[in-house]
This record gives sequence, structure tokens and C-alpha cells, in this order.
Amino acid sequence: MSTPAEAAPLRRTLPRVTDRFALAGAVLIALIALAALLAPWIAPYPPDEVNPFDSLRAPDGAHWFGTDAAGRDVFSRVLYGGRTSLFIAVTVLAVSATAGVLLGVVAGYAGGWVRDVIMRVTDVFLAFPALLLSVALAVVLRPSVTTVIVAIAVTWWPWYARLSASMAASIATRPYVDAARCLGVPAHMIILRHVLPNSLTPVLVQVSLDAGGVILTAAALSYLGLGAQEPTAEWGLMVEQGQTLFTTNWWVVTFPGLAILLTAFAFNVLGEGLRNALDPRRIVT
Amino acid sequence: MPRYLIRRLGQALLVMAGVVALTFVITRMVPGDPAVAYAGPKATPEQLAEVRERFGLDEPLWVQLGAYVTDLLSGDWQTSLHTRRPVLEDLYHAFPASLELVGAGLVIAVVTGIPVGVLAARFKGRLPDFSVRLTSMLAVSLPVFWLALALQTVFASHLGWFPVAGEYDSALDTTSPLTLWTNITLVDALITGNWPIFTSTLSHLVLPALVVAAYPAGVIAQMVRATLIEEASQDHARMERALGFRETTILTRFALRPALNPVLSLIALVFAYAIVNGFLVEAVFNWPGLGRYAVNAISHSDTPAVAGVTLLVALVYVLANLVVDLLQGVVDPRARAR
Repeated sequence: MSTPAEAAPLRRTLPRVTDRFALAGAVLIALIALAALLAPWIAPYPPDEVNPFDSLRAPDGAHWFGTDAAGRDVFSRVLYGGRTSLFIAVTVLAVSATAGVLLGVVAGYAGGWVRDVIMRVTDVFLAFPALLLSVALAVVLRPSVTTVIVAIAVTWWPWYARLSASMAASIATRPYVDAARCLGVPAHMIILRHVLPNSLTPVLVQVSLDAGGVILTAAALSYLGLGAQEPTAEWGLMVEQGQTLFTTNWWVVTFPGLAILLTAFAFNVLGEGLRNALDPRRIVT
Repeated sequence: MPRYLIRRLGQALLVMAGVVALTFVITRMVPGDPAVAYAGPKATPEQLAEVRERFGLDEPLWVQLGAYVTDLLSGDWQTSLHTRRPVLEDLYHAFPASLELVGAGLVIAVVTGIPVGVLAARFKGRLPDFSVRLTSMLAVSLPVFWLALALQTVFASHLGWFPVAGEYDSALDTTSPLTLWTNITLVDALITGNWPIFTSTLSHLVLPALVVAAYPAGVIAQMVRATLIEEASQDHARMERALGFRETTILTRFALRPALNPVLSLIALVFAYAIVNGFLVEAVFNWPGLGRYAVNAISHSDTPAVAGVTLLVALVYVLANLVVDLLQGVVDPRARAR
């Protein structure tokens, strides 16, 4: 992953986000987040209210997305599932971006053997596709939402380490960093005051691009039975539970799947738009 | 070139060593005492001690790691707790089927992704570009398992255009048995001229391969579009325009070739990703590859089998990257300096 050598600070470029795609993505994410946050108030039924007499009702006025085999309202469960998915995505990205950026900035600024060691470790983790290492970890640990978060975060930080290491390495040679060093500013202060803030922009773009991937990976893990467990409302798990009913009761599987698609799509669109805004020359990768 | 080769090989070996170590750590992260897990909760202390002795669990961790590496190198990838066969043997039978699926998927992805990317670049900012960007973005946002279920339900269960699951009609095993050469069914059927199995495999392959292709096709289209647009603003493109070449000719004849290099490294990156994504597709379509094996192993908490799959895919990934880097080093001398 090569980085734009001169990425402008985020606040100066945000107003330039005129890309219709990015705007659509941002609006979609706002709506999805709002729906997830307000789920307890807008959901017409409790997400785990089992009602055997109402099982597998087709979508109608009372149940917009129908009901599942246990008679639970699919619409309410999709809303609550958004809470699970967004919680996983936010936690994973916060943890892995923080860890990755700290390691990366230290590696890039220090250079030499420090950089070599950190980057080789990064290479090892990068050799495992996220879903694969997550599968291995989730088999060993007990499946739960926490396991999913740990598993994905472990596979995700190296990308940020690599990205911010190359940013930090280029910033470490700037005249103002040299000047700070000549004035006797200690290394950790230089990293915190100068190198870190200036390496953050591409990381933020990457974070919004990655959110979609994290949501897809988390859903896949839950689909495999390695993530959220009954009765948690989680989109991947809902698809898994309904898959045998697809031919007869399409709504049980279709709506949670569409929710995953829409959320991942929104983040991808926003991320691409942000990248365009920050570096118009590199349009998409 | 020799120096680059040695440095790159050394790097790959180092990463492989790390991959092995990390896999070892994961398999030893099992909460609780592995001896108890193996011998069962009712085992006597003597039985536990015997199990520890037998698996070397009483040795220090680095000795265990050493033993693990020696075993791996001598071809002992432990025994699956579920199939009760050596893991390496299971992998040997499952991996070719995965290669077949992912290979077919990547071929579809390249064949659709590149022209579609060219189309978008040619009509940048206009309707074709907009629809390509939208479609490719949707393609990379699709949850694979859901797409697999949807295609299976619509095109196999409802319309009956394609078989629902499996690699080929197993009844053919008796009427026209397949001679194995490469273990890749499609290839074996082709070289031995086994048409019934060949056509059956092909029709079973269509739906899962399309699902596997969705993500790489989207990424390749985006990549081709971006690099072509960049190439088309270079000096050489301006000269070609001045010489009177048409825009389409500039893109396909002059800009496409330098744009293929990043696409090549992208395919290496996407390859391992596609294998893992293929896990979910294989689970849905009951394709007898690594994924189905892994999913079975997961449901039986079969740690040796999962560790084997993990290790194999990671090693394949490192190898694929190595091959692509070396190829690029041959094609493009600038790459060697990196």
C-alpha cells in the first residue's frame, strides 16, 4: 500500500468533498447509525420476543420484514443487529488503528533495526487473511462478540502499522523535524507533536474504507457460528439461522443480508470519496 | 538481480518462520489444560501425566515449538480429531478443489474486471463510468455467504438452471470413473477426455465461481479504471493524442500495459483473500475444498485441522507474493530497488 506523499490535513480538504458518492455514503452511514442508536425506541417489538403463534409470517403491515422461525420480528432484529455490527466495527477499528499507528510511527521515525523488526512482525501478520486468522482464533477461544473483536483486531492492526510507518518515515526527514531535533526536543515529544498528527490523515481514510471490510468479516464469522451467539441479534447469525428457509421464507435471510450489504457499501463509498478528496490524482485503488 | 533475489527469498523465509510460530502460538492458546481436553475430564492424574509425556506437553514451550517445526518439515501435520486422518493428507485432497474454484473465479474476475475498468476510464465522469463505479462498489460490499445463498436459491433451487451443490454428479463415478493426475477435477477430466465429468463439473462450477469472482472483479475494475485514468494524463498519452490516435486506442494499446503491473500484484493479494472467501462459498455449495474441510473442522473444534488450513493458506499467500514480486523484478527493474 503506497501512501500519498503529500496529503493535506483533513480539515482543509473536508469542504472539498463534493463527490456525490461520498456524500451519499455519509448520509447513509448517518441514517444507519441513527437507526442502530435509536433501535430501542423505533423497533416495534423487542428483538428477542419469541412468539410461536406468529412464526414465519410474510412481511405485512404488522411485521414490515416478516417474522423468523421463532416468531421474532425481523425488522426489530435487523435494527438491533446494527448495534452489534457497528459496535464491533468501531471497537475493532479504534483498537487496531491505535495499536497500528503507534507501532508504525515509532518504526517509521526510529528507522534502522527498530523499523526492520516491527515491519517483519507486521509482514507475518499480513500473511494471514483477516478471516483466516479470525477463524483460527475463534476456534481456539470461545465464540462470542468479544472473540470476534479480538480476532479481527489482531489481523487488522498491521495495515495501519505499515501505512503510518511509511508516512512517519517521510515526515521524519522534513526540515521542521530536523529543527526540533536540533533544539533538543526529546524523541517521544517529536513523535507526539509532529510525526503523529501529520501521519494521521491517510489512516483516517483507511479507517473509513476498512469499516466495510470489518463489518463483512464480522458477519462472516457469525455466519460460521464463531461470533455472536443466540439470542443476540446479529446480521450474519440471522442469515445462518434462516438459510434453510430461503426457498420458502425469503424474508428471513434477505433483509439481514441487505443490511450487511448496505452498511458495507455506505462505508466503502464514503472511504473512496474521502480518498478522492484528499488526493484527486489517485482516484481509486 | 541475484542480490534482489536473495534478499527477497530471505525475507519470505523469515515471514514463513513467523507464520509457523504464530500458528503454533494460536494452537496453544486453548484455554485450560490441553492434556485434560484430550484425555477427558474423568482422566486420572496418571493418565494425564501419560498424555503430557506423549505429546511433550511437560517440555518448555520452545522445545515444543522446535518439535512442531521438525514435525511440519517431516510432513507430520498432526492428525485431525474429526476425520482421524493425517491433516496433510486431508489438505492434499481438499486443496485442489479449492484451487479449481478460486482459479475459475479469478479468471471470471479478470475477464470481466479489466474490460469494465477500461470502459469506465474511457467514459470517465459519464454514465458508463458511474454505473461501473456503483456496480464494482456493490460487488466489494456483498457478503459472500449471502450472495452464495441467494444465487443458489434463485438459479439452482427455483429455476433449476444449475445444480444445487457438490462438485460433480457422484453417479458419474461409477459410469465414467475419473483418473486422477493433478487432483483438480476439471483439469483431470479434460486431459483424460472424460466429457461426462467435465461438463458436470463445469455446470456445478458456474454459480460458486461467480460468487468467488464478485469481490476480485470489483477490485480489479476499480484498479484498472484508476491506473488508466492516471496513465491517460501522462506525457506519452498526450503525444499519442497529438499523433491522432483515438482515445480508445490510447487506453487499450498504450495505457493498459503499464496498468497491468499493479493489477498483477493485486491479484496475488486477492488470491489468498479469495481462498478464504471461498470457505464461505464452499460451505454453501458443499464444494469439497479447504473451506468445507475448515468449516467441518470448526464445528468439531478440530484444532489440528484448522491449524493445518491456516498454515497452508498463509504459506500459499507468502509464496504468491514472492512469485509476483520476482516476476515484477524481471519485468520492471525499478521494482528491485524497493
